[in-house]
Amino acid sequence: MTTTQIQPAVRVRGLVKRYGGRAVVDGLDLDVHVGEVFALLGPNGAGKTTTVEILEGLRRRDGGEVRVLGADPATGDRAWRARIGVVAQTTGDGNALTVRETLDHFAAYHSRSEETDELIAAVGLTESAGTRAARLSGGQRRRLEVALSMQGRPELLFLDEPTTGLDPVARRQFWSVLQRLRSGGTTILLTTHYLDEAAHLADQVGVIDAGRLADVAPPDEMGGDLRLRSTVRWREDGGFRTVVTTEPAVVLRDLLNTGPRADLPDLTVTRPSLEEVYLQLVGAAPVAETGTVPSSTDVQGALR
Amino acid sequence: MTVTAAPTGVRAVDRPAPPGALRIGLARIGLELRLYLRDPGQVVFSFAYPVIMLLIFGSVFGGETTGPDVRFEDYFLAGIAATGIMLTSFQAVGIAIAEERERGDLGRLQLLGTPPAAYVIGKAGQVVVTTAAQLALLLTVASLAYDVPMPSDVGRWLTFGWVALLGILAGTVLGIAVSPFVGSARAASAGITGFSVVLQFFSGVFFVFAELPTWMQQVAAVFPLKWLTQGMRSVFLPDRAAAGEVAGSWEHGTTALVLGAWVIIGVVVCVRTFRWRRGEG
Repeated sequence: MTTTQIQPAVRVRGLVKRYGGRAVVDGLDLDVHVGEVFALLGPNGAGKTTTVEILEGLRRRDGGEVRVLGADPATGDRAWRARIGVVAQTTGDGNALTVRETLDHFAAYHSRSEETDELIAAVGLTESAGTRAARLSGGQRRRLEVALSMQGRPELLFLDEPTTGLDPVARRQFWSVLQRLRSGGTTILLTTHYLDEAAHLADQVGVIDAGRLADVAPPDEMGGDLRLRSTVRWREDGGFRTVVTTEPAVVLRDLLNTGPRADLPDLTVTRPSLEEVYLQLVGAAPVAETGTVPSSTDVQGALR
Repeated sequence: MTVTAAPTGVRAVDRPAPPGALRIGLARIGLELRLYLRDPGQVVFSFAYPVIMLLIFGSVFGGETTGPDVRFEDYFLAGIAATGIMLTSFQAVGIAIAEERERGDLGRLQLLGTPPAAYVIGKAGQVVVTTAAQLALLLTVASLAYDVPMPSDVGRWLTFGWVALLGILAGTVLGIAVSPFVGSARAASAGITGFSVVLQFFSGVFFVFAELPTWMQQVAAVFPLKWLTQGMRSVFLPDRAAAGEVAGSWEHGTTALVLGAWVIIGVVVCVRTFRWRRGEG
C-alpha cells in the first residue's frame, strides 16, 4: 500500500463550518493524493469555496480534522504557505503595475522563483507583458493570478473556479496551463461548476452537495451504478421505446433475436453523461429517465 | 514547457526559508512609490494642496501680523507644513489601504504569507520619500515667493527633523490603524478627509491657535496635528513668538511625548486589529 508510505497532500475528516448556526460544510471528508488533479464539483452554495478557504488557512473551521501538506492550515506558518499556491475565486481590479512589473516584484517574496519571462509565456500573456494589470481583460487578469500562484513553485495549487467568466478560447488556454503544471508534478485542487472542465482535467472528481461529499471517483466512473445504466432506444409502431438496463448487450441480443427481419430504426444505446450523473447526485434530476428502473431480467421478460 | 513545479514529494526542509520582512519591505518601498507616482490624483493632491493653501493664505493675509509681531505667512507656513505631513502620511495611507483592499492587492499579500512588518516598511518608506519631496517643494515656494525666512541654525533643523519624523511615523501607523474601520474606499476617502479637515480647523492650521475657543484647544491637544503644528512653528517663527503660544513656550517635551504616544498607540492598534481582508483571517 502506497498510502501508508506517502501521506495525502490534503486530508480532511468530518469538516464542519457554520455561519450563524447553519452548517455550510457538514461533515466533509476529502483526500487529495500527491500528484493528482482533484476537481471539487458542486452547485453554488454547496460549500466548495468555504472548504477550499479553510484548506488555504483563510477561514477557521468549527469542527473536524484538516491536514494540508502535513500541517494544520489554521496554524500554518510562512514555510508552509510557501509550499502552496492559491488562485482565489475573485480577481481584484488590478493596479497600475504592468504584468512584468508585478511578477518581477513578487519574485522577491519567494526563496526561489520561476523566471518572469517563462511565467508570462506559460500563461500566454507575452503580448500583454507591458500592459498594466488594471487594463487587462478579466481572463488575462485571471491568468496573471495563475502565474503569481505558480511563481514560487508550489507543491500544491488551489484554484477556486478558475475559469468562471472566461470565454471558451480562454478556458481552453487555461486548461493547457493546468495540464502542463500537472505534468510537472504539481498537485492541484480545483473547484468548478463546469462538468466538462472536471472531466477534462481531473484524475478524481468529488461532488459536493449540501456541505458533504456525495461521491468521489475518476470522472468516467462517477456515479457508480447510476453510470452503468444504459438507455436502449428504438422506434417501434410509430413511437419510441426505451429500456434502461445495466446489460445493454443482453437487451440488444434479445432485440435482434425477435425475428429474422428485425428492423430497429433509430436504435441508440446511451450511457448517462457526467452531467446527468451529477444532476442526479445533487438531487436536481430524477434517479432514472423512466419512472421505474427495470432490471435487465424485467426487460427480457417484456421483450418476449 | 520550461516552467516546472517542484516535485511534489519534496519535503519542507528541502526548501530554503522564505525571504525576511526587511528584504520584502525594501522591495515594497519601490513598489509603493511606483504605484503612488502612477496615481495622478494622489500626486496632484498631496503636492499641490499645501502649495495652493500657501498661495491662498499669502494672498488673503499677506502683510498682516499676529501676536508678537509675527507675519501671517510665517505663522501659517508652519501649519501648512504640518498639514502636508498629515496629508501624505495619515490621509494618503488610510485611503490607499482601503483601495488596496478593494483591488485585491491585500488579499494577494495574505496568500503569499507576507509578513505584516514588510507591508509597514513599504508604506513608511513611501511616506518618508513623498513627504520629504512635498516639504521641499513647499519650503522652496514659501521661501522664494513669500520670503518666509528659513532657519539658519542647525538646532532648528534638528527640531524640524524630529518633529517631522515623529509626525510621519504617527501618521503612517495611525493611517494603517484606522484602515479596518473606515469601510469601502469611497467611505474611507470621505471619512478620513472630512476628519482631517475638521482637525485642521481645531489645531491652528487655518486660524491662530491661541485665539481659538479654549474647548477647541483642549480637544485639539488630544490629537497629534496640534503638536505637529506647534513644533513646526518653533522651527519657522522667531523665539519671541513663543510668548504668543497658549503655554507661553514651545513645549518641545510635551510635543515629543504626545507624538511618541500616538506612534505607540498606532502600533498597538495595528498589531491587534490589522487584517488583510474584511471578515475572517
